[in-house]
Amino acid sequence: MAPPSQSYKSPSPSQPSGKGEVSDLKLQLRQLAGSRAPGTDDSKRDLFKKVISYMTVGIDVSSLFSEMVMCSATSDIVLKKMCYLYVGNYAKGNPDLALLTINFLQKDCRDEDPMIRGLALRSLCSLRVANLVEYLVGPLGSGLKDSSGYVRMVAAVGALKLYHISAATCVDADFPSMLKSLMLHDSDSQVVANCLSALQEIWSLEASSSEEASKEREALLSKPVIYYLLNRFKDFNEWAQCLVLDLVSKYVPSDSSDIFDIMNLLEDRLQHANGAVVLATVKVFLHMTLSMTDVHQQVYERIKAPLLTLVSSGSQEQSYAVLSHLHLLVMRAPMLFSSDYKHFYCQYNEPSHVKKLKLDMLTAVANENNTYEIVTELCEYVANVDVAIARESVRAVGKIALQQYDVNAIVDRLLQFLEMEKGYVTAEALVLVKDLLRKYPQWSQDCIAVVGNISSRNVQEPKAKAALIWMLGEYCQDMNDAPYVLENLIENWDDEHSAEVRLHLLTAVLKCFLKRPPETQKALGAALAAGLSDSHQDVHDRALLYYRLLQYNVSVADRVVNPPKQAVSVFTDTQNSEIKDRIFDEFNSLSVVYQKPSYMFTDKEHRGPFEFSEETGGLSVGVESVENIAQIVDANDKDLLLGTSEEEESRGTSSDGSAYSAPAYDSASISLTSSHAQSEPVISNPSLPTYSAQTSLAIDDLLGLSLSSSTTSVPPPPPLKLNAKAVIDPGTFQRKWGQLPIALTQECSISPQGAAALNSPQVLLQHMQGQSIHCIASGGKAPNFKFFFFAQNAEASASFFLVECIINTSSSKAQIKVKADDQSTADAFWNLFQLALTRFGSP
Amino acid sequence: MISQFFVLSLRGDNIVFRDYRGDVPKGSAEIFFRKVKFWKEDEEEEAPPNVDGVNYFHVKVAGLLFVATTRVNSSPSLVLELLQRIARVIKDYLGVLNEDSLRKNFVLVYELLDEVIDFGYVQTTSTELLKSYVFNEPIVVDAARLPPLGPAGMFMQGTKRMPATAVTKSVVANEPGGRRREEIFVDIIEKISVTFSSSGYILTSEIDGTIQMKSYLSGNPEIRLALNEELSIGRGGRSIYDYSSSAGAGVVILDDCNFHESVHLDSFDVDRTLSLVPPDGEFPVMNYRMTQEFKPPFIITAVIEEAGTFRAEVILKVRADFSSNITANTVAIQMPLPKYTTRVSFEQEPGAVGQTTDFKEANKKLEWNLRKAWFFQNF
Repeated sequence: MAPPSQSYKSPSPSQPSGKGEVSDLKLQLRQLAGSRAPGTDDSKRDLFKKVISYMTVGIDVSSLFSEMVMCSATSDIVLKKMCYLYVGNYAKGNPDLALLTINFLQKDCRDEDPMIRGLALRSLCSLRVANLVEYLVGPLGSGLKDSSGYVRMVAAVGALKLYHISAATCVDADFPSMLKSLMLHDSDSQVVANCLSALQEIWSLEASSSEEASKEREALLSKPVIYYLLNRFKDFNEWAQCLVLDLVSKYVPSDSSDIFDIMNLLEDRLQHANGAVVLATVKVFLHMTLSMTDVHQQVYERIKAPLLTLVSSGSQEQSYAVLSHLHLLVMRAPMLFSSDYKHFYCQYNEPSHVKKLKLDMLTAVANENNTYEIVTELCEYVANVDVAIARESVRAVGKIALQQYDVNAIVDRLLQFLEMEKGYVTAEALVLVKDLLRKYPQWSQDCIAVVGNISSRNVQEPKAKAALIWMLGEYCQDMNDAPYVLENLIENWDDEHSAEVRLHLLTAVLKCFLKRPPETQKALGAALAAGLSDSHQDVHDRALLYYRLLQYNVSVADRVVNPPKQAVSVFTDTQNSEIKDRIFDEFNSLSVVYQKPSYMFTDKEHRGPFEFSEETGGLSVGVESVENIAQIVDANDKDLLLGTSEEEESRGTSSDGSAYSAPAYDSASISLTSSHAQSEPVISNPSLPTYSAQTSLAIDDLLGLSLSSSTTSVPPPPPLKLNAKAVIDPGTFQRKWGQLPIALTQECSISPQGAAALNSPQVLLQHMQGQSIHCIASGGKAPNFKFFFFAQNAEASASFFLVECIINTSSSKAQIKVKADDQSTADAFWNLFQLALTRFGSP
Repeated sequence: MISQFFVLSLRGDNIVFRDYRGDVPKGSAEIFFRKVKFWKEDEEEEAPPNVDGVNYFHVKVAGLLFVATTRVNSSPSLVLELLQRIARVIKDYLGVLNEDSLRKNFVLVYELLDEVIDFGYVQTTSTELLKSYVFNEPIVVDAARLPPLGPAGMFMQGTKRMPATAVTKSVVANEPGGRRREEIFVDIIEKISVTFSSSGYILTSEIDGTIQMKSYLSGNPEIRLALNEELSIGRGGRSIYDYSSSAGAGVVILDDCNFHESVHLDSFDVDRTLSLVPPDGEFPVMNYRMTQEFKPPFIITAVIEEAGTFRAEVILKVRADFSSNITANTVAIQMPLPKYTTRVSFEQEPGAVGQTTDFKEANKKLEWNLRKAWFFQNF
């Protein structure tokens, strides 16, 4: 989709791509390198600028390395900075050349000006060249003891950089403990902050290998350290405050006065203009009070207003981030936000992901008092030009309806949606009306009246169509034309691409038939016939199941498809509460925005510090608090009916079907060449096909649809009886096929009707199975099909017949190879097989 | 903690690129830009994206994308706030923030970035503090030519503002003549959202406001900012839990507000005065939010009549509800039209001056711009 990046680039004059310019620069730099003339610095500046601009746009200027280093002997600080930047960028790729820079960087580290010392030290540590670490230790050590705060600040981060280049060097030089003492004693707050971040990173990386380090890491969370940092809190700048707050949020307070002290100290942070500070504070408050339910609630009340302010100030992106956090809180405790619902109203110019979150929240906070207004507002959104939002809004209305507040008014609204004559609105509304009816069957009269007026031709989306069909089946007694609508739909069976719709159609037409037999008989016959020849396995199986059910006993069929139903009281929640708690634990992080816990999107080594200790329980948030969360979430789950399980109905019936153990061939997965191997898992399935010969009804029978099972024509028992429940595992089949000689090779023709019906291998398989000839593998596409059949002599269980059958449907010819354990019965078997095959498709 | 920072133009060029930790592959800018391109087509924007374990944060400022990448699960508001701050610091230095000024001053920008972030950790974003570490002189770009980032950068979506030209001055550049002018700019920006029902009844109303300050004062004097004494925060006095109480006339009730860190609130509770030592550069002194009932400055009524099968007539009326000696500048009215709209003709009230009307084919929007608006106007 995207052309190479070059094509985005403007042909601006500052972006040459040729090598010519680079070698030009090289020459000019050389000339300037030795020059002492006045004004050199200015021309150097221009050249350096050019080099850096090339570097930015991605042109490789690393060939200038030595020239740049030669030019760097200057006292001009701007030049120095540009040179450092260049060196930092290319040193990693040119470790040998990087050695050249060490000298002047080390010299600069001893400069009088603290600024230059700091800069040089920062660049020195940023070289990222492993074999130069020995040169780092000295300057870093003196940097950490420097008199200037700026240099110490740089050195603290420098120690961390060193750790990343060579952990051993850093630890051996005892930098961690130096950092620790700096952190606890330095007068400069930024030095303290940098030491803290460096130590956090170093110790959590070390913790896995060294016990001492993990102790040190725990020590960061000890009361003295936390109190020390909190006492200096006002000195820190806002970013360092975030860092400290993050640490505090992991601190386990010793008692409740501890908690209140900390919260009192931090309360004014909630009024900070920086959203990061506010959210970090909120996290501290939330996590500290987890074990105190009432205080926890008060915290919610307290943080509400600041968060709402943050949402409305700041850039779009920031407000989305805050809104996601608010969303999380609303979902945890919807009742606490129920009076603030107006804040979650969407504005027309908000981007749709923001609207989606807001719709979610509106749905969650709905209760007896505000439902009417919320639903009114949502109905406005349904007319939104943004289709996705309009859909979401319909769904939101439906969800609220399922929450049991003021269903009366909502049902009316939903029914209005059905009449809005906008395809997507109707579609969403249909799905919801279906769910609604499953929960509140008492509304069926009103709903059915409206649903009956919807033309099925106007409904295209599979889900909506399935919902409509479900309702047609379920309430066919109340809808006069239900059988005829279904009949129409069945006529267009082949145009229906969604298997879900076809499954629903089968069920619905059967339900309808059981209630209104005379009107639906024809439709049912057509549906079962179409279902049996359907290429989708589930559809086919369900059709077969229904067919056999009907054949077995109509009243049983009635019990299966029309059991007395209980209204669904709770729809399953989509996201389990464990994940929700995980996300809550990771408050104020990306987890909240993505709505998934961090282990799902970050690599292990990049998880934040302390992540592991939380897992091992070394830093438990308190057992009682976990229970507390569970309670809250439980309570939420009861109120919130998020998510609706679409297929509950169909799952019920299909699990009934599994008792009949439908054959599980999948033509797509079995290719001609590797048929044996691939079919293995299918055949070795313990629930093997167990069809009796009796059920072998030719398809023509179905079309006539004689319902009483007595009319079934059973073929006369052949002289050779085959075991209807023959079993062979593919390995054995393969071995036998290899060992046995070919008993016969024959060619025979199949009936033209049969050839025509053979549009997929399954059709023949059913037919042959009816004759106790089972298939072990099949494959191919029209016009060429290949089958491996087997059969077992009912009298002699060790006697198997193996068949390879290649059918060409265009010439209606079949080539057959038969192998048999008992050669004497091969001819008898051939007769049977041929009979079975020729009968295929004949009326 | 962030791994990389870069600024992309809307065409996808890297204007500035800085790698802090070296743990994110080089092509990240391009990966990100492809994503953005993709959204633009779908009009579906999901922020922030995550590709191969790399999280991309971005903010859009003055037509530029400020992007940060990280591999850790960091706080989104922290990173976004940081990006916003970086943009502000750069603007403080350059005076004008746009592609052109960035390209001309990228060395200065690198210098700033070096001090703002070290190894992915934020050091400082205070223009004031940075001054002592930054040595490049800004190259001033002509501001008039390009739409600058107004102090209303926070409300960039859909609003066009005309900031005073003086505010586009760099905090470090000297006036021609060598003498610095002692100036301070205080802007009050309010975003008012009102929803009317079709019968003219106000459904929701909200004001989000901010007091922005940009100081060019030397010597950092303390400044006192007195607000309306009748101001109260949180409904019903100090209690924000009580939503039922109402206040008398003249009382301004803020639902909530927050303050910049330089603001001292010692006397705020007594006489509603903020005292602060303004740092250099632009910053919001205070953000506030109120849902108290107020008289909206404009009332818009729309009457739609179907005039035939393929024609509809819309009569838009705007009434300005403030005293006649105040005029509103640059009023723009937009109205989304159905997708299948092909042509729009306009008819203005006779005697209308300084008004333009336009139909934006691409996003099917009708625009009506008024340079000045005062009492009662019809369309």
